[in-house]
Amino acid sequence: MTATAGVAERRVATLGGQVNPRVLVAGQGPPVVYLHGAMGLQWDPFLDALAQHNTVYAPEHPGTTPGDPDAIKAVDDLWDLVLHHYDLFDELDLDAPAVVGHSFGGMIGAEIAATNPERVNRLVLLCPVGLWRDDIPVAQFLQMTPQEVVEIAFADPQGELAQEFLRMPEDPEQMADALIAATWAQACTGKFMWPFPEKGLHKRLYRIRARTLIVWGEQDRLAPPAYAEEFASRIGGARVERIRDAAHLPQLEQTEQVARLVADFLAE
Amino acid sequence: MKVSMFHLMPHRELPDDFERRYKSVWVDPPFPELADPDRIGQFYNWTLDELVHAARVGFDGICVNEHHQNAYGFMPGPNLMGSALARETNGMDVAIVQMGATLPTTQPPIRIAEEYAMLDCISGGRLIAGMPLGTAMDACQVYGITPVEQRERYYEAHDLILKAWQSQEMFAWNGKYTKLGKVNLWPRPVQKPHPPVWVPGTGSYSTWEFSAKNDHCYCFLSYFGAKAAEQTMAGFWRFVDQFGLKQNPYRAGFLQLVVVADSDAQAERDYARHCEYFYRKCMHIPLHYFGPPGHQDYRSLEKGIRSGLTLKIGQELEAAQQYSYRELVDKQFVIAGSPATVREQLIEACRNLHIGNLMVLLQIGSMPHDLTMRNIDLFAEQVLPHLRPLWDDEPWENEWWPERLRNKEKEQLS
Repeated sequence: MTATAGVAERRVATLGGQVNPRVLVAGQGPPVVYLHGAMGLQWDPFLDALAQHNTVYAPEHPGTTPGDPDAIKAVDDLWDLVLHHYDLFDELDLDAPAVVGHSFGGMIGAEIAATNPERVNRLVLLCPVGLWRDDIPVAQFLQMTPQEVVEIAFADPQGELAQEFLRMPEDPEQMADALIAATWAQACTGKFMWPFPEKGLHKRLYRIRARTLIVWGEQDRLAPPAYAEEFASRIGGARVERIRDAAHLPQLEQTEQVARLVADFLAE
Repeated sequence: MKVSMFHLMPHRELPDDFERRYKSVWVDPPFPELADPDRIGQFYNWTLDELVHAARVGFDGICVNEHHQNAYGFMPGPNLMGSALARETNGMDVAIVQMGATLPTTQPPIRIAEEYAMLDCISGGRLIAGMPLGTAMDACQVYGITPVEQRERYYEAHDLILKAWQSQEMFAWNGKYTKLGKVNLWPRPVQKPHPPVWVPGTGSYSTWEFSAKNDHCYCFLSYFGAKAAEQTMAGFWRFVDQFGLKQNPYRAGFLQLVVVADSDAQAERDYARHCEYFYRKCMHIPLHYFGPPGHQDYRSLEKGIRSGLTLKIGQELEAAQQYSYRELVDKQFVIAGSPATVREQLIEACRNLHIGNLMVLLQIGSMPHDLTMRNIDLFAEQVLPHLRPLWDDEPWENEWWPERLRNKEKEQLS
């Protein structure tokens, strides 16, 4: 992860100083906390778009901040992880920000919004995981090869975006860095998703009071789009938007459309 | 030198096109398509017969291990096998080497403390307590252990088991993964302060460090043979030195595949297809199964990737799946041939690797019962006696062998 122009870095201390995640900050306007997925934080065009109308705070999941891999040991369970996020909000002086979460980040965003509904004022879930139906199981993506993941996570697995996802730096040292970072990000997020991401969220979703937008790629084979209704039926007033020609990364596969939907929703 | 026979209890009759038809030998091969429970019962009994036979013909130890949903080795309850072996070998001077019950997947872990103590009682103090971390396939994929927690669970279970064996008082265990209000183990092991502990590993630095800190025997369990192990074991002994421990060869164990016949040519005729079966079918495992994210701690992950070791192990495995018998023998994945050939290569290998506890896999892949018994006999008669004295002219004590069995040859001689 490298910060691009206009993106500032902050370090905060959570869980009594045991975790010191890096937070990328950019833009101006009402605060939005962006929670990344299993692969770790990348500053991407969707976040650029989000930063046009909002102040974006994008924290790194515990353990994924370079130089601090053991921070994950301080976060024993989902309860610790939720508290970590309230600490993080406090450190950033965010009373009740909007939260946008992708995939694993969506699951965590929903947990935060359900545990203390007063801390989240808007919630955007981009293909969140966290629920389970035996007839449409969520793919066990932590146990797959990158090629296998691409086959189910992108609308066009042969397309440029998917191929970019698979591409590794040519420089051996940079390649090692990338491989270690990606593996460790999955190790640290996987701590809350093993063997598959069902940790009882379905029992807690009813508590969410934030206005909620659920965005799903129509061709998602990693987390089937039918889960949109599973989330929506448990969150009062939630709205579902399905995105054509997109799968599990709609915000990158159809950036303009998703960014506009999210910006409009946050501005409502 | 102590020599034990290791058994994996493989499926001996997988179809010829197994590796083309199925994704993996581990985790996902469909039992109903591939196996008949009556026939599998026969395999279990052959396995027990072969190990008991090894004990009768003079092996120092007999070993079983734990795997799950694995067609090359399916003793999900190694202590069930160990129990039968302990009973069948009563009165014999043979160690029951459990390599062993997997710590992070046994809950609560005092179950292992109890079962091992039972085995030590039944065998009359002949138990060696293997304490495996468990492979990613067994622990994470099949038994649902969160990879990044696997080592923490292992360390905690280890500490609990050791304390449960030794504590004179009942105690409460307030662990992160196990909380028990009243630990007061029944029975306790015969061996004091506790049975020798062997820690199987595949070359990871964290496991070396753990073994050294706790003064346990480290066992490098590899299917790539003695030559490929040289670099790893050299690293281990350097580490032992830096750690300030003595270069006692009994501090280390090693697993080697071995087949013996009357001549080198006869060995090829008898064993070639069984060895190839092992590497083609039993090693038919997708590489990524070995390392789900978090299975290696950060330090081992980084070391493995930056040193190229992770890549190298993967390449070795893929290459091994294609090797012919001759290549397997040339590379010493299998030490094979006449008694003289096997003796010479094994002695040299043990010297090079500096190991005092050798485990030999003598039933390999599809090897049928009769041939296995012959391999055991030939090894016991014509190889084993030559290996025993290997470290006798050096002043080392095998502190990792049951005390009652440690000096059996010397006693017999006197």
